[in-house]
Amino acid sequence: MMETLQSLLQGFSVSLDPMNLLWAAIGVTVGTAIGVLPGIGPSLTVALLLPVTTALEPTAAFIMFGGIYYGAMYGGSTTSILLNTPGESGAIVTAIDGHAMARKGRGAQALATAAIGSFVAGTIATLAMTFVAPAMVSFALLFGPAEYFGLMVLAFVTVTAVLGENLALGMASLMLGLTLGLVGIDNQTGAARLTFGIPELLDGIDVVIVAVGLFAIGEALYQVSRYRHEKEEIYALKGSLWMSREDWSRSWKPWLRGTAIGFPIGSLPAGGSEIPTFLSYVVEKRLAKKPEEFGHGAIEAVAGPEAANNASAAGVLTPLLALGLPTSATAAIMLAAFQQYGLQPGPLLFENDPQLVWGMIASLYIGNVFLLLLNLPMAGMWVKLLLVPKPWLYGGILAFATLGAYSLNNNIVDLVLLWIIGIGGLGMRLLNVPVAPCIVGLILGPMAEQHFRRALAISQGDLSVFYNPMTHPLAVSLLVIAIAFLVTPMLLRLRRA
Amino acid sequence: MKKSMTIVAAAALAFASAGPAVAEIKRLEITAPAAAGGGYDQNARIMQQVLQKEGLASGIQVVNQPGAGGTIGLANYVNNKKRTPTLLMGGLALVGAIITNKSTVSFEDTYPLARLSADYQPIVVAADSPYKTVEDLIAKFKADPGSISWGGSGPGSTDHMLYGLLAKAAGVEPSKINYVVLTSGGEMLSGVMGGHVTVGTGGYSELSAQINAGKVRALAISSPERLPGIDIPTFKEKGYDVNLVNWRAVFAPKDLKAEEKQELEQAIDKMVKSEDWKAAVKQRGWSDAYMPPAEFAAFVKQEHVRAEGLFKELGLLK
Repeated sequence: MMETLQSLLQGFSVSLDPMNLLWAAIGVTVGTAIGVLPGIGPSLTVALLLPVTTALEPTAAFIMFGGIYYGAMYGGSTTSILLNTPGESGAIVTAIDGHAMARKGRGAQALATAAIGSFVAGTIATLAMTFVAPAMVSFALLFGPAEYFGLMVLAFVTVTAVLGENLALGMASLMLGLTLGLVGIDNQTGAARLTFGIPELLDGIDVVIVAVGLFAIGEALYQVSRYRHEKEEIYALKGSLWMSREDWSRSWKPWLRGTAIGFPIGSLPAGGSEIPTFLSYVVEKRLAKKPEEFGHGAIEAVAGPEAANNASAAGVLTPLLALGLPTSATAAIMLAAFQQYGLQPGPLLFENDPQLVWGMIASLYIGNVFLLLLNLPMAGMWVKLLLVPKPWLYGGILAFATLGAYSLNNNIVDLVLLWIIGIGGLGMRLLNVPVAPCIVGLILGPMAEQHFRRALAISQGDLSVFYNPMTHPLAVSLLVIAIAFLVTPMLLRLRRA
Repeated sequence: MKKSMTIVAAAALAFASAGPAVAEIKRLEITAPAAAGGGYDQNARIMQQVLQKEGLASGIQVVNQPGAGGTIGLANYVNNKKRTPTLLMGGLALVGAIITNKSTVSFEDTYPLARLSADYQPIVVAADSPYKTVEDLIAKFKADPGSISWGGSGPGSTDHMLYGLLAKAAGVEPSKINYVVLTSGGEMLSGVMGGHVTVGTGGYSELSAQINAGKVRALAISSPERLPGIDIPTFKEKGYDVNLVNWRAVFAPKDLKAEEKQELEQAIDKMVKSEDWKAAVKQRGWSDAYMPPAEFAAFVKQEHVRAEGLFKELGLLK
């Protein structure tokens, strides 16, 4: 503990060097910018910058990369909230209530709770990474396919939080998502499913394409179709720009809970950023005093998932720095960057290059402060975007979403898909079908299936891996929690009735 | 125009004291049929740096076109002709994807320019695994094939090929392999380290950190002979006839003029002989595997046939 503290202090002396501060500032600014643009993620940015940075000292380069990574997590929420266009999958949940808040003239508060929540989560999670990395890593290694399956089932419970008033329509949306998730090569056998001979579909349909199609394109088309009939005003700003006392008191607990959910799951090799944001959403809805506000602009539903998203970003860096395990595309690129400098990431990196590792960790703390300073004042500026006349605003969203979808894979087929899904999204809105369950199904369906089948392949078909608490205690506990989550509200309702 | 260029080049040749001069290739575009960060992308970006620095090409752009194991990038490369010079990265993994995805285009539709680098694959087990040697592992595999789970990326990947070759060499039917797909390098390593799958593999460069730190144990490596400085026995010396090179290479359009081909060949030849290229390849833990066009074209065909046969035995192809 004392040693860690000492190393961290040394790290701060590295990262507080004026030049390194400058690189951190550049990193977070670039990161925020690319986070705002859908389709361009931190992994591509780091890849583009790699050749440029060969001239830099490794410490400076990694300080910048860390800043880009954290910055992108911040920036992603901005377009989600204002334009209903999630730039990356971790920001999808934010769009649900964040955009509803923006339409009610509370965009500034949504952006503020996202920014402060990201700061709180980023800082706490970085602290956790500093002090409990080894414990976290041994926890992560406990997760095999059976345990992941348990986690996926637990995450599926979240769908109950976004089903909407009509159960049948909500389930229909979920089934649509599960079906879309089937598209592509089946990983265990190599057989192509629902690809209709189109090679571009072999890898499945990108979640970001579906999210942008259903949320941004569907919503924009819907607004266009209503434009002549009703004048629904979008308020850029109603009342104060700042978070009220009530906003604060409704935000701080979700920030902390989001962090507690995001960090451990982010550090799992197959954890990702989607599941923690989903889980945070359902937890907040269950605990909220006014759960009926969820889906219509509840601030908890922005605060929690945003914190979870940023905490999971720090979680991803934990196995990368401690073990050299890249658990996301960005982490894989950073690993390649380590190799470019002839550094061996992994268990020995802390011993061989303490200055670099601790300098980078320290600069993540500093980067978080920069990000807050950069994003909080910008919130007031960003919401002015909604003052743009509606035809221009929606035209802009359509162009922006299309551009983002193309830059994802440089692929025309993605654009066709985006617009088919977007028109489908318009239909769903006209028929009052909620779109969020579709996204939940699309993200979780394939993962749950993969892990389920992997677990059975390893056990050679023995189903006890899912219910025998002696051999797989963690998987069984996760499944039990999932069932409890699902059944408890029903039982409570029965008792009340 | 071309002629005057040749004259200028010839004049430069006459004046230059060291080596034959190579005309600078302008606005070269390199397609990496994969996402940023992978082997193809890294090879492309190293080429970009070295070609630029050596003055062999300028205005170089790397374009990432991921999808379907690289076959999307390959199909676009073959079907969309460009006016500016273009190159495509490829390798053994893409050969596998061409076959398993039943791609309509293959490397036959390109001009194989040069093989560049090689990544040899060790197989690893957890540090506390009961299997200390390949012999231990194979003994158990022979007795009860299903009990050993082999982790690897997608069906038809180089990982899958390696296990197939090993099963064949050990006299076990390749279709008996209990292959578990783990999609990323991180999942693979944590799957092995956490004891969730028995065996894992990957490029030596991806696994070396964990091997050196003793987090996983390397049982054998797929190189034909021991690699300098790497203390892992080869499959060959253990008596298993397994030889797998995860090679990466560069391809050019098929219908180039002879002098255009020559221009590219010379540039690549100069590039692979430069100190910077050698250093970059070494830094990433790869081996230099340069093979000029004549030899390489035959090699690609051979690998294609070998993979096809292997996939039939693995049950991936009917």
